[in-house]
Formats: sequence, structure tokens, C-alpha cells
Amino acid sequence: MSTIPHDAIVGGLPHDEHAHHPKGIMRWITTTNHKDIGTMYLWFSFTMFLIGGMMALTIRSELFHPGLQIVDPEFFNSMTTLHGLIMIFGALMPGAVGFANWLIPMQIGAPDMAFARMNNWSFWLLPPAAIMLLLSLFVPGGAASGGWTMYPPLTVQSGMGMDLTIFAVHIMGASSIMGSINIITTILNLRAPGMTLMKLPLFCWTWLITAYLLIAVMPVLAGAVTMLLTDRHFGTSFFNAAGGGDPVLFQHVFWFFGHPEVYIIILPAFGIISEIIPVFSRKPLFGYASMVYAVAAIAILSFLVWAHHMFTTGLPAASILFYMYATMLIAVPTGVKVFNWLATMWKGSISLEAPMLFALGFLFLFTTGGFTGLILAIQPIDIQFQDTYYVVAHFHYVMVAGTLFAFFGGVYYWLPKWTGHMYDEKIADWHFWGSFIFFNVAFFPMHFLGLAGMPRRVPDYAQQFTDWNQVSTIGAFGFGLSQLLLLWAVLKCIRGGAPAPAKPWEGAMTLEWTLPSPPPYHSFETPPVVK
Amino acid sequence: MCNRTELARRLLRAAIAGSLLVPVAAFAVPGWYFQSPASPVAQEIITLHDLIFWICVVIFVGVFGTMFYSLWKHRKSVGHQAVQFHENTAVEVIWTVIPFLILLFMAYPATKTILAMHDTAASDMTIKVTGSQWKWNYDYVQEGFGYYSTLTTPLAQIEGREPKDENYLLEVDNPLVVPVDEKVRVLVTASDVIHSWWVPAFGVKQDAIPGFVRDTWFRADKVGIYRGQCAELCGKEHGFMPIVVEVKSKDDYAKWLGEQKQKLAAAAENPNKVWDEKDLVAHGQQVFNANCAACHQPTGTGNAAIGAPALVGDKVVLGPKQHQIDVVLNGQTDGVVQKAPTGGKMPSWSQLSDVDIAAAITYTRNSWGNKAAENVVQPADVKGERK
Repeated sequence: MSTIPHDAIVGGLPHDEHAHHPKGIMRWITTTNHKDIGTMYLWFSFTMFLIGGMMALTIRSELFHPGLQIVDPEFFNSMTTLHGLIMIFGALMPGAVGFANWLIPMQIGAPDMAFARMNNWSFWLLPPAAIMLLLSLFVPGGAASGGWTMYPPLTVQSGMGMDLTIFAVHIMGASSIMGSINIITTILNLRAPGMTLMKLPLFCWTWLITAYLLIAVMPVLAGAVTMLLTDRHFGTSFFNAAGGGDPVLFQHVFWFFGHPEVYIIILPAFGIISEIIPVFSRKPLFGYASMVYAVAAIAILSFLVWAHHMFTTGLPAASILFYMYATMLIAVPTGVKVFNWLATMWKGSISLEAPMLFALGFLFLFTTGGFTGLILAIQPIDIQFQDTYYVVAHFHYVMVAGTLFAFFGGVYYWLPKWTGHMYDEKIADWHFWGSFIFFNVAFFPMHFLGLAGMPRRVPDYAQQFTDWNQVSTIGAFGFGLSQLLLLWAVLKCIRGGAPAPAKPWEGAMTLEWTLPSPPPYHSFETPPVVK
Repeated sequence: MCNRTELARRLLRAAIAGSLLVPVAAFAVPGWYFQSPASPVAQEIITLHDLIFWICVVIFVGVFGTMFYSLWKHRKSVGHQAVQFHENTAVEVIWTVIPFLILLFMAYPATKTILAMHDTAASDMTIKVTGSQWKWNYDYVQEGFGYYSTLTTPLAQIEGREPKDENYLLEVDNPLVVPVDEKVRVLVTASDVIHSWWVPAFGVKQDAIPGFVRDTWFRADKVGIYRGQCAELCGKEHGFMPIVVEVKSKDDYAKWLGEQKQKLAAAAENPNKVWDEKDLVAHGQQVFNANCAACHQPTGTGNAAIGAPALVGDKVVLGPKQHQIDVVLNGQTDGVVQKAPTGGKMPSWSQLSDVDIAAAITYTRNSWGNKAAENVVQPADVKGERK
């Protein structure tokens, strides 16, 4: 594929930028261009991030004081449920696909993604799914309120908001599977001549592995929620003990999806960090091969640890030991990655532009989340922490300070390429420090709350938890407001700024920096030759 | 312009104050660490946590000490030239093997604790715990009695109309009572959705799964009152079903057990006793607030959103007593909001005693301006309606 000249495909049509494409709104609805679709994914992700963030602030406002002040408990539960679903399926996953769309063709020297029309469809499935999720707030009985994990029998009890949620999950899953097929095919078939797999930029490697994870587990989630749907409406008893089923079966199936899912969310972030750190250390990535093997090892192990989410369901001692050991083992490849990033910086020539600041923030806070993950892996300790704020702290350290910080870093790193303008370093630095400080103010105290015994998903709490909750709420509002700086920096960069050269970062080595900024409509019309 | 800089300055001040709060509060506030343990297992968990926590701290300091050293020394702005190495097999093998050995060191004590926690054999007594929306039932299976345990914090405190007392949200009418220093085996199950029975001071958390019985155990080693909460999302009142365990000395426990058995014997006689209206209303108010008020509201005004009708002026409440007894005993599904968050139906309350049901009904027939023609329901009436 990669050797067929582009002209042979389009057959002599003029293909100057946008020449044969509709303008205005139709450009975005009909586009098959990887950059346009990547842009739409990223804006969709940011919009969902703001909506999910509003929900988080509703939760934190209610929790500012003990007692019920702002929302009733049922609505509170809908907020925690939708916050989780929207952030995972609306913000983090589409965000990662947005980066993939923009960068994979440019990093492997291809003109576009392999399946351009499917690419369009996999994006345009997302807005209807998101609208269904949000509309569920206004149907009788309210939105789903059984947590993003949707455990039955509780979710069998709830109203039609749950059905809308199930359909939204189905659609988003279909979108993810199509995106993954596209990414795998693109990476395997459209690489420039000479780019062997072991010369692939790390971002492409992490996405290749992530795409396989997605194809493996999204159908499992679809199966789980479909069983839920038939239990709710068609009289089956998959999860109903009275009919011969088992409520815990759902948890096994759900977490068989759910644990690889957390790596689906973090691996592309690992890829972005692996691109940024070498560039701003002006040194090649340390241990490229071991990075690839570590990602693969993490992906394989992620299928073998799901029951650590179920340590309090009453598993036999033998399975608890198995899942505990397997979970602890993930610390080894994760440690390898952290050490490799440090060794990349070691004796480099480091400068601290915004992408690097976010990469360092990622390293510092993600590792903190990794340590609390190790503590949670120890089952006797997990007995005390399961379903408490300690878990909430842990997964926000890896999802927000991990994935989201990597995305922020990635946005600043590639903005000059995407827009052709340099971003405003001052706003970006403020965005970093605001995010970094307020993130910790919001989430570090949650460790203490969990240690002291505050359960999660409660709209009200005993008075000894008041102080930390107040600190956390202050931090959450600070973190939320800091994100407006990101919006400002991005809009300012799109509208103007110093023109960006093809390679604004002196240490950059990957192929996208050989293209002009912004890159031409069909990224590489003639494949570059990689030596 | 002036306003804007002022606002920015204020925001900055708030940001600095916020970030300073963390270290300051760590010393000012007691609630930042495990509750003090009251069982050997809880103690073991804390020891294990502290061991692994400190190992993590040491690694953390080592790793990030290195990072900050590198940031300090190997900066472009101090003129450091990058050295272009990118692999070193020996180093890579070392930092794969050493973490693995550290993990082995952590796994050994964890394994020992897990095996001890799973040994439910040779227990001194067995209690069956059943979670339901939204209360706990404790069944002393070997003694032949059991009771419900419900939150007693008044709605006025939750809604901020009264000051909150010391054990806000962590207080119940009937705590679980156990003797000190005895191995208590706990059978945990649920009647509707999944709940989780958690007492932090004992290091016990076991999900309550409808249709299945799981077991766990604890041995409390200090007399006292211990408080926990339901730890698995179970619907709208999930935050309002606490667990309170009272650990008594062996003598006090024996005395308490005797009293319970006496009460049990007395209750067996009770249904035929004829009660005064005043006593029924007084007792009925307690029963109503503990069981009915969550949906029908303490003021009897109901909650249309979940299909709970107002009882003020309701025709069932003011009509023949027999029909109302039937509704309370057997539940009702017609005329309700199907698919409301609670399932939208009046559940059966047949698990309550005849006295409790009679009292609650009498209360509704004589309160909030209601005055039914048949305004007194006796326990015997309820007994007669049971099938």
C-alpha cells in the first residue's frame, strides 16, 4: 500500500488544499481527512471534559459541608455516574483517538488513515451517544445512578435513563472498535519505506497495542451491558440469583473489560510522554526496545488482574492470592518505563517549556498514583480501602494527573505543528502550575479521607471528614478554573502568534517535524524514506 | 482594569491559601489516618500498610531525588551538553530484577495475613447480617432472635435545620452487640441489591450479595462502640445506612442476651394485648420515622417523584383499617410511578412485628390533621390479616 503513489489513487483530480471539499459545516460533517477528524475528536473531548467537570464541581459543592444542601441523593448519584462515564468514554478515550488521528499518519509518513470514510463515521457516532447520555438526565426516573460500573441488581431497578446509558455505551464501543481497526491497519500497512516496526515512534507503538486491547475488550463490555438490558426488560436472569444467575458474574465480565480499559486510557499517554521527554532533554529515548516490551507486558498482564476490583466480594483465598501477585507484577514493567524516562533525562540538556512541565508533572503524580496502586493491590489493605475515597484519590492520580496531563503536554507540544503558530508560553506555564497545584489540593486530601474511613459515592458524611472535604472542594474549583487557561492558550494560538517553523523544537526527531507547519492537507503525498 | 487586577490578586491569594492548607491541616485535623484498631486483623492490616507505605516513600525519594538532581544539573540553561547514550543492558536488568525482589518481600507478609483472614473455622458464635435498602438486619442464628438496625439521625439534622450531633450519620437504633475476645463468624447476604458490611476498626469488609451467603469473621479485642458504613453503592440512601457494633464484656453480653430472650418471650404474648391509643401513636411515630418517612416524609406529605403518595387526607389512611393493614403487610403496585428510582412500589413490611405495624398505622390515622373513623388499629387486627 505504502508504495502506491498518491496520484494513482485520486487519478489526476486537483488536490490542492480544500480545493475539492465543501466549506463551512459540511466540511466537518463530510470530511474524511485525518487532521479534520482529529481536530473534531479533540474538541469533542474538551467539551465533554468541561461537561464532566461541571458534574464534578456539583459533587464537590454538595460535599463542601456535611448535610444535604444543593442536590438530593438520587441526583447526586446520577452526577457521580455520569461524571465517570463522560470523562472515560467522552473525554479521555476520544482525546486519545484525536491525537492518534492527527499524529499517526504524520509519524509513519502516510497521506491519511487507512479507512478514511470509516474514520468519519467513528467520530460522528460519538455526538449522538453523548447526547443520549445527557438527555437521560431529563427522562422520568432520572439518569443512571448506579455508578459508572453499573453493578446489578441496583441497575436493574433504575429507570429508562439506564437504558439510554446502555445504548450510549454500545454506540461508543462501536466507535472505539472502528477507530482501533483503522489505527491497526494504518500502522501495519501505511508505514513509509524503511520504517520497520522497531523504528516506529513510541506514540504509534502504544496506540497499536491500545487498539488491540480495545478490540479485545469493547465487545466484552457490550456483552455485559446487553445482558443487563435483557435482565431489565426481557425476563432473563443472568445477574438475578432468584432465577439461577449471579450478581457477581456481572462484575467479572465488567472488570474483564474494565481493567484493560484503564491501560487503554494510560498507554497512549505513555506514548505522548515518551515523545516529549527525549525532545526536551535533547537525547534519544533511553531503552527504546525495553519500552516497547514493557508496554506489551503491561497490556498482557492487564487481562489477568481484573478481580482485584472485587477483593471484597468474597473470593476464595487462592484466587485472591493469584490476582494480588499478578497485580503486583505490573509494578515491574511500569517501573521500567519510569526508570527509562529518568535515564532519558539523565545527562541531557533539559529545558522546561510547557510540554516538558506537563511531562514532569505526569511523571511525578502518575508515579504517586502507581504507588497507591501497589498499596491497593495488597488485598488485606484493600479490604480497608475498597470503595473509599482512597480509591478515588488513586484513580484520579493516574487518570487526571496521568492521562490528562499527558494530553495537555501533547497539546502544547504539537500545537505549533497543528496551527502553524507558537502558543503563548506564559499562559501555558500558568495553566501548568494552576493544574498541578490545584490538582494536589483537590485530590491529595482524598487519601486521608479514605484512610479515615469515608466511603465513596455518598452525598453526605460524618463530621470528622469535614475539613479535608472542604480543602478538596477548594482545589477542585481551582483545577476547573485553571482549565480555562488551556482554552485561552489554544484559541489564541489558533488565531495567531509567532509563525512556527517546520521543527520548532530543536530536539525533535520524528517525521511529523519534517512537514511544514501547518502540514499540507494530505500529509505525505510521497512517502519519505526512513533510513 | 483595576477590578481585574484586584480579582487576579484575590484569586492568587486564594490559590496560595489553598495550597498552604494541605500541610497545615495535616497537623490540625485528626482524621487523616486509620481508625484505631480493635481487632488483631485490623492491627495487622495497619502494620502491613505502614511497611509497604514506607518502602514506597523510600523508592519515591530515591527516584525523584534523581529526577530533581538531573533537572538541576543537566539543564540547558546552565549550559549542560546532552550525552547521547540510549541503552545499557546491565542497568536495565538491575532495575527489572530489584523491583521484583522488593515485591517478593512485600508479598510474603500479605499472603500470611490473607490466609489468616480467610480462616473462619472454630468460631465461637455466628451472626447473620442481611443488608436491605436501607438498613441492616442482625440475626443471632444460634439464639433464635434478630432485629433491624436503622439510622437514627433525624432528617432535621441532615437538612441543616438542627445542629448535627457528635455521631451524625453514624448512629442507629439497635446496634449489633457482640462479646469481647470471641471469634464471631459473620454470614453476610442481602435481600435486594448489593451492600457491603464494613467496620474499619475490625478490618472487616464483606459485600452483601443478594442470593448468596459469604462469610467473614472478627475478634474484637477492646470493649467499646465501633462505627462503620455501607461500602457499596446501593441506591439513594446509600450514605445513610451505618453500622454500629457494641462490644461488651463477656458478663455484660450474657446479661444483654438474657434481656433479649426475655423480650422475645414477652413479644410472643404481645399481639393479644389491647393498647391505649396514646401509646400506639407514640410508638407508631418512632416506627413511622424509621421505616416509612424516607418516602412518605415525616410530615406525611409524600414524594410524588418516586410515587410515594401523601398520607395527609389519603383515602386508604382514612378508609377501612383492614385495607390499610393489607397494603402495609403485602405492599402495593398499582397507581405508582413505575420505574421510579426505588422501583416505584410500596414494599411489603411484613417483617415488622404486629405491634410495630399496628402502631405505625394508628399513627398515620391520627396525625397531621388526619382523623380516620376507625382510628385505632390493635396488634391483634394485624395478626388476623397475616396469611
